[in-house]
Formats: sequence, structure tokens, C-alpha cells
Amino acid sequence: MIEAVDVFNAFQDHRGDAIVTTTGRAGRHWKNISTNPNRDVALGGAMGHTASATFGLAVGLPDEKVVLFDAEGSLLMNLGVLATISGKKPKNFYHILLDNESYATTGGQPVPNAEGINYAGMAREAGYASTHEFNDLEDFVTNIGSILDETGPVFVSVKIFAEVENAPIALRVREPARSRDETIRDLRAELGISE
Amino acid sequence: MTQEQAQILRPETLIEEFKKNGVTHIITIPDSETNYLYELMVNEPSLDIIPVSREGESMSTALGLNIAGKVPVCLIQNTGMLESGDSIRGMALNAGFPLVMVVGYRGWTRHGVTPDTAATYTEPFLHAFGINYYLVEQDEDGDRISAAFAEARETRRPVVVLVGDEYHGFNR
Repeated sequence: MIEAVDVFNAFQDHRGDAIVTTTGRAGRHWKNISTNPNRDVALGGAMGHTASATFGLAVGLPDEKVVLFDAEGSLLMNLGVLATISGKKPKNFYHILLDNESYATTGGQPVPNAEGINYAGMAREAGYASTHEFNDLEDFVTNIGSILDETGPVFVSVKIFAEVENAPIALRVREPARSRDETIRDLRAELGISE
Repeated sequence: MTQEQAQILRPETLIEEFKKNGVTHIITIPDSETNYLYELMVNEPSLDIIPVSREGESMSTALGLNIAGKVPVCLIQNTGMLESGDSIRGMALNAGFPLVMVVGYRGWTRHGVTPDTAATYTEPFLHAFGINYYLVEQDEDGDRISAAFAEARETRRPVVVLVGDEYHGFNR
């Protein structure tokens, strides 16, 4: 198991100009680590659909590297997206799954078959160009740079420690973050895309 | 050509309307009634076809394409639209971008009586979500498709084109 914040720190060293989206509990770390927020875009809003929205972004921007930090609970709600992505084969799409084996946001209940699923295996058999699995920080740090040079779609499954939230939602303290609309506006401005 | 043949909604009409409105991507799950339209779209160089695994993916994929400056259309059946409620809510309505969804109106009879509950719930579903729609049944209705695009652009909301001719010109 790896701490999510260590995954993001290791990725940041190799991020370059990649556009980055995140989802899930662990994804909240990214905004405190990213050094290029104008290329970070929030695409949540419906259960399991950040992956589909990020895929659409990658198809629409074939000259940009697009990286999604997904969560296994989210992926399970939209598992067919593995076939959708594999079928379209976006060469610029990097799908990094942070697998904490639980619904951390709702109290840490296990996802179905939490310890028994091989997500990288599912992505490989669905047809991703390459797949990788990590359960050790040193291995991840050593390999993430070269993985980001591979031709997509690439799938990377990383086992991370769960950071469980148990407080009632109304009592949780949320750090300030840009809204989805604000991140979309900033990304378009960065890329020179008019509405 | 008989009067009946002249009235059939031609798949070519949809392609022409897509081109007229600058559509770049069709996000779709093919169904048995629209296979000829699918063949036309695949062979139309101005359109990039994105097959998805479940209809709910189509709205979120469209959002990503819209951010990239593209003009996507979702082409699905009403059964799939019913399945896509949360994606329509969170990724289309809440995102506030122009999106035309062309929806096959399975079960539509025009006679007010249908044994197919897919048709029974289609328009109440759209009313519940506050989504406007245009019914297209025959070729002369084609300009309603451009009306849907114009409304989507003006309101920055999803607008539906209900295709109520599923058993005729779309499957040759």
C-alpha cells in the first residue's frame, strides 16, 4: 500500500504540461500539490462519470496528454468505460486508478470483492495499450516517468491506504476549491479554446 | 415514388442537419432501428463516431468534448435515456452546455395507446427533467433538428430530438 499523497508527489515530478483530472477521496490531495492549476480540471458531478468526461476531453484534444486519477468505487459504477476507452484508443490518455478498496467518503465500507479484483487485468483484457500495477512506492517512483512516455491508452492500478471520512457530511470541513465551471473556464483560457 | 415513401424520415436528413450545425462527434450505442444511419455516419468524413458501452457515458463524454471545443451529439434510444438520469442531471443539465440528444422513440405509435412502457415514460421523463424536445416523424420535420440545435446553443442546455419513425427509413 502507498499513501495517496506520495503517489501525487511522484507524479508531479513527471507531469509536464499534462491536463489532470481527479475523482474520489484521495483525489483531493492533488490541488495542494499541483504546480499548474490552469491545467487541472474538475469533471465530477455524476457517479462514475469522471472517467467518461476525461475520455471525451482526451479525444477532443489529441495533441494534449490527459491524465485521470480515478477511484475504484467510481470505476465500478461505470465499468463499461474500460471497453469504450479501449475501443477508441486515445493515444494521449493515461488512466491511473487509486484503489483503496473502500468507499472512503462514506465511512470506509468495502467495495464489492474489494481485495479480489484485478483492475489492471480487467483493463488489459478490455484492450488498453498497456497496463501496470503498483503496491510499493519505490516501484511507482521508479517507473511512473517512463509509463507517461508510453502510447495510450495506458492503465495504472495503484493500491493506496484508505483515508476514511466518518463525520456527518454537514459537519465536514471542506478546503476551498475552484468549482467545475471555474476549472473549465481556466483550462479553456489556458488552451485558447473559445466557447 | 409514392406519397408514403416521400414522407419517410431519411437518415440522410439527419446527416445533413448534423453537418449544417457543425457536429464533430456522434456518441452512440447503435440500436436495431438505426443501423442504416450508423452506416452513413461511419462513412461521413466530417463525423467522428464514438461507440460507448452504456448510454449514461454519452452525456459525460459529450461534456469532455465540449470543453475541448467540439460539437458532440448523443444518439441513443429512449430506454438508454431513462437509464441515464444521473448523468443527464450531473453532467449535462448542471454543466450548462449546449447538447443535442437524438433519442429513438421506441414504442411511439402516434395513436395515444402503446403497450411499450419505454414510450409511456419517455415524455414524462423529459418533463420531469425540464428538458425541451422536438418530435421528428417524417422527412419534412427535418428543420426541427436545426431548431433543437439553435435552442441548445441559446439556452446552454440539453435539448432532445425524439425520432418517432423507428420502423421505417432508418433500417434498410
